[in-house]
Parts: sequence; C-alpha cells; structure tokens
Amino acid sequence: MATLKELSEKKELFSGGHRLCSGCGIPPIVRLVLRSTDNPIVVSTATGCLEVGTSIYPYTSWRTPWIHSAFENTAATISGIETAYRALKKRKRLPVDKDIKFVAFGGDGGTYDIGLQALSGALERGHSFLYVCYDNGAYMNTGIQRSSSTPFGANTTTSPAGDMIPGKQEFRKDLTKIVIAHNVPYAAQASPHNWKDLNNKAQKALAINGPTFLNVISPCPLGWYSKPEESIETAKIAVETCFWPLYEVENGILKINYKPKEKKPIEDWLKMQGRFKHIFKPENKWMIEKFQERIDKEWERLLALDGKQV
Amino acid sequence: MAAEAKIKCSVGLTGNSAVAYAMKQINPDVVAAYPITPSTTIVEEFSGYVADGKVDTEFVTVESEHSAMSACIGASAAGARVMTATSSQGLALMWEMLYIASGMRLPIVMTCVNRALSAPLNIHCDHSDSMGARDSGWIQLYSETVQEAYDNVIQAVRIAEQENILLPVMVCLDGFITSHSIENLCLLDDDVIKKFIGEYKPSQPSLLDVDHPTTYGAVALPDSYMEARRQQAEAMTLSKDVIINAAKDFEKISGRSYGLMEKYRMDDADAAIVILNSAAGTTKVAVDEMRNKGLKVGLLKPRVFRPFPYIEMAEALKNVKVIGVLDRADSYTSFGGPLFTEIRSSLYELDKRPKIINRIFGLGGRDYGVKDSLAVFEELLKIKDMGKIDKVYDYISVRE
Repeated sequence: MATLKELSEKKELFSGGHRLCSGCGIPPIVRLVLRSTDNPIVVSTATGCLEVGTSIYPYTSWRTPWIHSAFENTAATISGIETAYRALKKRKRLPVDKDIKFVAFGGDGGTYDIGLQALSGALERGHSFLYVCYDNGAYMNTGIQRSSSTPFGANTTTSPAGDMIPGKQEFRKDLTKIVIAHNVPYAAQASPHNWKDLNNKAQKALAINGPTFLNVISPCPLGWYSKPEESIETAKIAVETCFWPLYEVENGILKINYKPKEKKPIEDWLKMQGRFKHIFKPENKWMIEKFQERIDKEWERLLALDGKQV
Repeated sequence: MAAEAKIKCSVGLTGNSAVAYAMKQINPDVVAAYPITPSTTIVEEFSGYVADGKVDTEFVTVESEHSAMSACIGASAAGARVMTATSSQGLALMWEMLYIASGMRLPIVMTCVNRALSAPLNIHCDHSDSMGARDSGWIQLYSETVQEAYDNVIQAVRIAEQENILLPVMVCLDGFITSHSIENLCLLDDDVIKKFIGEYKPSQPSLLDVDHPTTYGAVALPDSYMEARRQQAEAMTLSKDVIINAAKDFEKISGRSYGLMEKYRMDDADAAIVILNSAAGTTKVAVDEMRNKGLKVGLLKPRVFRPFPYIEMAEALKNVKVIGVLDRADSYTSFGGPLFTEIRSSLYELDKRPKIINRIFGLGGRDYGVKDSLAVFEELLKIKDMGKIDKVYDYISVRE
C-alpha cells in the first residue's frame, strides 16, 4: 500500500497541459491508475473526453505507449495488443523479462453502451488487462446525452426535464454486476475522492494475470451542473449516500470496502447537481422517493453479499 | 527460373483451404477472426493449424468482425504481423475499422471471400462487399482461381509491409465458386515463402516499444488531417510499382507471372469484356469459342483494383472498338457499377475513345455461364457493326 508521498514520487505518465475541463474527474483517476504499477504500461482509450482531451496532434499527454482507434472497441483493441505481446514474447522478439501491463480506458458511453460487446468478449477470452471505466453518467463529450449509466431522473440533452417527462425515467444499468457475471478474477467500484482505495484496487488489478475491471465514478461539472471545485466532494457524497458503493469482488468473494457510518439521504447528492434541479419541485417528490428506494434496496443487497461468494 | 524453385504441384485444394494453407506457411504473429459464410473454413482450418501446433500464431476468437479488425489494428500497432479473413456482412461490420487500419498505416492482410450483402439475405457470390470497401484505403487484389488466391495472399504480405507503403491489403476471391471448389494448384515450400516475405520489422516504433512511447490514433484538426490523408494517397499511388515488383520477384520463386491485369487474346481484339475474379475463367472459354469462329474478341481481367491502374487500363483497351464491362456489384448510381465507372473514366484521356457498355451480372450467386458471356460478346459486336449503343447500363440474366 503506497503512501501519498510515494505515489507523488512516481513518474508522471500523464502530463499536464491536456484539455480536459477544470473539475473533471478523469485526470485524477487516470494519474492514480498509471501510478499503481512500476511496470511499463500500454494504454488504449475509447473515443471520448479522455481521448480528445489528450491527443490533439501534434501534442500528446501520454508519456507511455497509447492508442485510440474508435469508440466501441477499446477492449478489442487492447485484446489485439496484449495478444501481440504474447506472440512476440513467445517468438523472442521482445525481451522475455519485460513485463508490460495493459490498460484500457473508456467512458460510460464507450463501456456500458456501444462498447459492451467488445468488453464482454475481451473479458470472456481472458486477456490480461485492466479495463477502467470512468463513469460520468452520460455522453459528456458530445454534449451530455443520456447513456445507460445516467442516473434516474437526470436532465440530459436527450432525456430533458420537460413539461411531460421529468428527465430520465429509467434506472441505470449495473455494469459492475454484468462484469462480475463474467467471473473475472477482479472487479471493483471506486471513486477518485478515496485515492487510497482507488490506488489499492488498481494495484491489485494490475498484479493479476487475467482480465480485471474498475468502475470509477467520475464527476463532470459540465454535465452534472456542479461546481468544479466541489467535484471531489460530489464523488464523496455519491459514496456516502450509497449511490456509488465502494466494493470489490476478488476471486468471487464480494467485499464492501467502505460502509458509511450513517448513510446520507440521496437528496444530499442530488442537490449538488443542477441536472437534478427539477426533481426538487413538489410535483416530482415521488422521484426522490423512488430513487431512494432503489438505492436502499441495492445497498441491502450488497450488505447481504458482503464477505460472500457471488 | 521455375526449375530452380521447389514447387509442389498438383495439390487439390479449395480456395479457402489454399488461403488457410498460405496463412499457415506465412505463420503470422496474430490472427483475429470471426466466422462468416463463405470465409468460415479459412478460420476453421487455420484454427486447426493452431490447435495442432503447425503454426505458433496467437489466434484470437473475437466476438464480432468489428472486434476482429479492432484486435488486428491493436496487434499491428503493437508490431505484429497480422492477418484475418471475412465476407459480406462481416466486412460491412468492419467498415468503420477498415478506414482506421489504413489511416493508421497498418499493414494488415485480409482475405475477403466475396459474398452478396443483405437484404435480401444471400450467402452466394457477388462483389458488393469488397466493392463497398473500395474507397477505404486498402489495396485490393482480385483472384480468378484458387492458385491466384494463394499467390495473392503471399504477395499481399510483401506489398503491405513495404516501408514506403504500409497499407492494408485485401485479397478477394469468389465465394463458393472459388472458395469451395477444389482445383489443382502448385504450392511453394515454406522456406521459399519465408524468404520471400522476410521477417517483419515494423518501421515505426510499436506500442510494445515501451522505451519509445508513441501515440497512435491522435486527433487531427483541420490544420493536420489533410496532410495525413495526402500521405496515404501518395502511398497508394506508390503501391503500384511495389505490386509490380512483388509480382516480378514472385515469378522468380513460382514461375507464375502476375501484373496489374491479365490480358487474354487482346492483341487484335475488336470487342473485349472486362471482368473480375472467377467469371474471367468462364469468359475465356467464350473468347476461345468466338475466336474459333474468327471473331476478334478478348478479355481483360483486372487483378489490382486499388490502386486503380488507369494508365495501363487505357493502354490495354485503346485499340478495342467496343468494351463490355461486367460488374458483379451495382453502385446504384443509375449509371453503372464500380468497375465500369473506373474503366470508363480511365479511357477519357484517349484521343479516340472506344464505345463502352456496362452489364450487371451474377448478383447473389446468379449463375454466369459461357452462354451469358457469348451473348455479351454478340451484343458488343453488334454495337461495333451498327455504331450505336442502345443501353449503356443494364442487367443480364435477370427476370424482368
């Protein structure tokens, strides 16, 4: 377990000067993940904020080999790279002592939605790689369209809070659960506010020979209509309300990594974000109740599974 | 020359078996593929070679063709020699990634076993799949026979990997007609092929060259995108000579001669059919029958469709009086198929342009026989005599 000082002394593979927004959750997530191994890392990134914000020719933020090919296929792309690594190592065209790690980054659009098939395929085939989903809960790069990760009730540009329909009416897809169903050796949910937990999880995942997965909540001031300076706090409250539980499944055993002493009401998280403004209108009170019910149910489910084989 | 080379002849193989065998002999670093009729047996047989340890290729059984090409792109950018195969809907699903493979200048070699596109669903041969991908920046080689498919796959590796080219190559052969028919062919020795293709050394730092971190697939804004595209176009232009030189070297090891196209009894031909792939074989029989009657007809079979050898094409056709271009795909311009529009455009610079018609044939595996070919020749000769074209663009062997 690395200390903050140790982490800060590690080589910075993701340079500043990128064009991601102030208050964006992605850079701290990426920097922490890249610091979680001393081995060389090859990165693949789906089309999205991280990709366009870091690779505008002739500049690049990546001080490590990096590829972007398309939106829905970052898991397939990293599969090919990892396979080439095994092929070239076998044929002694790479030094046999070079232990390279492979990481794919994708947003929720590129992971929950359009990239789900490629992700599922790569997990099933058992490539040795870590997939990190930075989940900001909508297609932020193209202007805040709803994804299957968008929380219930949220106002997005394709699920607007209108006179008849008050924002997104569906609950979000539980991607972490879907990944767990692939029986991968390691899958976890994390948050950038808890850097220690995120670092531990990435470290664990990167040490494993096989497919591993991190779903990391990533505040987006632009799409959440939240204050950039409150991003880390917003992530923290998401965890404190149990909207975003921190847990992991290691070799089939589920472990909750953080249990709030007192679970905060979902309003605490919702009120920090303008995308939920409309659900505080008296006529939409039922939505808050419905949201809370769902969270309670899901948290109970997790509590019942804590320490057990899933 | 041929006598010096070690050649195993009279081996009976289907087109797909021959392609799989060529892949076995090439022994690429990575193959990522997804099964689709009629290319499936290439992937099946190759997986057999993997399972039996006949190759030490890493074989990725991806969950879709989109992921097949994505994994090929990742592996190629990681410095591996990469191959795959597909058909029809599979190629269509890859479409997005075809442009990315060529735009990233990755020398991937793919066999396309030509099959019609849906709808209506049809598993039989036509060229709408590869013709749909004709502007994706891939070099395209077409194959009449099993032998040509085998030979093209081997040459494709050499062409794609040339340092000044670095473009992906698609080798096309006709679904079922060639892919599932057994023909006698000559196979080259493994050592001869290994020497011909050489060891693959990527000419740019690969993703696995961790000491030289490289960014692949960057965003290019209007101030740089066009330069990248211009370089790609330049590589495509340069590839013509590379294809010719690869063919010359290939002749030395095989005794078989290839070029940009095959001209069959074209020397004094008044009328000529231009046609791709297996239908050229059928047309040759018709040419012989017509020639036996003293009628001056010939056949031109393009081998290289991308880059399009427009100068050589015009040169080969300049003395012909009437040309019939037969397309096994339509491009719904209401004006003609893809081969026709390219050929017709190539002739524009000639002082005296031949008359030219387009006939769409053989869609979805509709049979194309010698009689169909003879009928086109007769129509061409009639146009020559009358000096007038009734219909520039039409379908043949179709119920109206």
